[in-house]
Amino acid sequence: MSNAVSALNGKVAPGEVTIREAGLRGMITLRGDLSDSKLKSVCTGLSGVDLPMPGHANCVGEKGLCWMSPDEMLVLVPYAEVDAALELIAKNLKKKHHLAENVSDARALIFVEGEYSRDMIAKLAPVDLHPDVFQPGSFRRTHLGQVAAAFWMRDVDTFEVICFRSVADYAFNLLETSAKAGAVGHFNAR
Amino acid sequence: MLILHCPYCGVDADETDLHAGGQAHLKREGPGSSDEAFEDYLFMRENPKGVHFERWRHVYGCGKWFHAARCTSTLEVFGTYPAQTLEPPQDIKDKISGTRPGWSWGIFK
Ligand SMILES: [Zn+2]
Repeated sequence: MSNAVSALNGKVAPGEVTIREAGLRGMITLRGDLSDSKLKSVCTGLSGVDLPMPGHANCVGEKGLCWMSPDEMLVLVPYAEVDAALELIAKNLKKKHHLAENVSDARALIFVEGEYSRDMIAKLAPVDLHPDVFQPGSFRRTHLGQVAAAFWMRDVDTFEVICFRSVADYAFNLLETSAKAGAVGHFNAR
Repeated sequence: MLILHCPYCGVDADETDLHAGGQAHLKREGPGSSDEAFEDYLFMRENPKGVHFERWRHVYGCGKWFHAARCTSTLEVFGTYPAQTLEPPQDIKDKISGTRPGWSWGIFK
């Protein structure tokens, strides 16, 4: 058995806003009919949260669901539970047209923590991050600088960013540089 | 900078989140069509200064193709709509008629 290691092995850049690679996380891309009751119940059963509305993510601890597109859900589970989760999906959706794939090792997860985390993301993504618009639970697929990324707000001080493993180093450095440059103050923090 | 509303995600996506897919509402000509019809399908495109209908893909977002009605001259966006249609929806045609009375584009007016 190989020893699985995340893209940046838990690298941390501390500061007013801290950038932290989350380490290993189980991620399953699930495509299918999101209105199907069996698909819904297997999603909620695995994650322990309700199905998110478009543009939202419901995440608690290491588990959660992210709305990726009208026919795609990202299921987050602890890394060690991915195989069991895939088996459960296959069993429950046997007769349904669907696709479920373990993408855990193809991705990296980075936390952006601190009072001005909103500013750090806003500097890098073409997304309206005004506090009235982008709130805890909001989720967006877009790009950070030059690379594809998705992010959601866990709480008022924390963003979670997902990117491809191959660009984890770039994304981390980008966020770290943004954090070191400091807050913009445009959103007039609380 | 062009900002288009993705009808699938419901978000306003910046041009850098999108990929342009050329003219919308092309009718595919394949085996059995005349050489002229096939040539039209392959090569001949509208190139208006004004009202235009295009395909766009929300490439950094949901990955879906959608349609956009906009003005190539002023960059005004009249609206976007899902790709699963053969012609622009009436409400978008009405909106264009509001500011561009008498407009026409290909077989639509
Ligand atoms: Zn979209």
